[in-house]
Amino acid sequence: MNSASTSSAFLLLLRRDLILAFRRRAELMNPLLFFVLVTALFPLGIGTNPLLLKAVGPGVIWVAALLASLLSLESVFRSDFEDGSLEQFLLCAHPVSILVMAKVLAHWLVTGLPLLVVAPLLGVLLDLPGASIKVVMLTLALGTPVLSLIGSIGVALTVGLRRGGMILSLLVLPLYVPVLIFAANAVETAAAGLPITAHLSMLSGLLVLALSLSPLATAAALRVSLS
Amino acid sequence: MDSKSTDNAILLEGKGLECIRDDRVLFSGLDFVLGSGQTLLLEGRNGSGKTSLLRILCGIRLPETGDVTWCGEDIFSLGPVYHEHIAYVGHRDGLKLDLTPMENLAMARGLGSPNPDTSPEDALQRVDLYGFEDVLTRNLSAGQQRRLALARLLVTRAQLWILDEPFTSLDVYGIELAEELFQEHISRGGMLAMTSHHAVNLDSARVNRINLSA
Repeated sequence: MNSASTSSAFLLLLRRDLILAFRRRAELMNPLLFFVLVTALFPLGIGTNPLLLKAVGPGVIWVAALLASLLSLESVFRSDFEDGSLEQFLLCAHPVSILVMAKVLAHWLVTGLPLLVVAPLLGVLLDLPGASIKVVMLTLALGTPVLSLIGSIGVALTVGLRRGGMILSLLVLPLYVPVLIFAANAVETAAAGLPITAHLSMLSGLLVLALSLSPLATAAALRVSLS
Repeated sequence: MDSKSTDNAILLEGKGLECIRDDRVLFSGLDFVLGSGQTLLLEGRNGSGKTSLLRILCGIRLPETGDVTWCGEDIFSLGPVYHEHIAYVGHRDGLKLDLTPMENLAMARGLGSPNPDTSPEDALQRVDLYGFEDVLTRNLSAGQQRRLALARLLVTRAQLWILDEPFTSLDVYGIELAEELFQEHISRGGMLAMTSHHAVNLDSARVNRINLSA
């Protein structure tokens, strides 16, 4: 197969997944709603002291984003597994890792990107200063794709199990921790007026690593799950 | 028939295949050869390993021992190169219920190597689903969905069709239609590996039967 038809297969699958997501858009609201609700309820739980909110705000936004992304993970491969489309992907004339990339990208576009869009509003809600909101956005932009990419490996491994949800969280959460640490620390460091180049470089490094390795691991995991 | 595909060139061969599932040996020492224009018909009771064997032929499942070769090369090392030559319709239709039949076929075409002679429209017409191209697949009946799954075979250039119970939920007319498609494929020099509970109406001289319960 030449690369032209492989890239057209990539675009075809990306488009297909976006169309499917659009036709089931009600389901997409769940993780976003979760993200907004958790963050919005937090001040009610811990009191409205502006200093306190400023201190915990970025962490709250990040933890909520991480859990929201975990919540939406299953849908990457679940429906394709159930209706047999996944078998067809494994049997297609293109490398499976390319198709995995298309699926994860589509998934991030419909679940990760909305988090990025509403995050500034939640920052305002928690009374974060403008500079902090900017850093939160930046770290989310670098971090949420990593979450989707790492998560796809876990989903691929557990998609064949009937109740894989619990194992999925156990598998994936430890791998999410570095992203959370660097992202939350970046916001703190920036608030203290220090440069955050190191944090952003680490997050970018994680993104590059996940981009290059996770599609291969996911493709292999899918083979295991379907055999 | 493709000028390159002489009877010797295109060949699917299995040697000493063994399949174990949940500590039970389903079959072992299984050999077969499938050439251009031939059909491999798997028979046997429920749970005798027909589906497992088909999945091994697809390369989705690894046999415990033995290997499957396509034109002399192992199908697992060929990977996507082998998959270009096969089309699989399994138990599950592999259709997206929230897409229209046209979108489903366009997807199947893009993932395989597209058949230049058959557009998705042609394929829909062939399985008598023309007029349903803009209806969501969810709203088709089970038999119509099965016909759509079979239409997927037509939009790629796959030489080997691997079919797991292709007649499930088809009515008499649908079965006749499916048999026609298979016959045409065979007479073009294609190959067929399938299981079926129904008697299959194909030219028996070119059918190899394997009974897995025997």
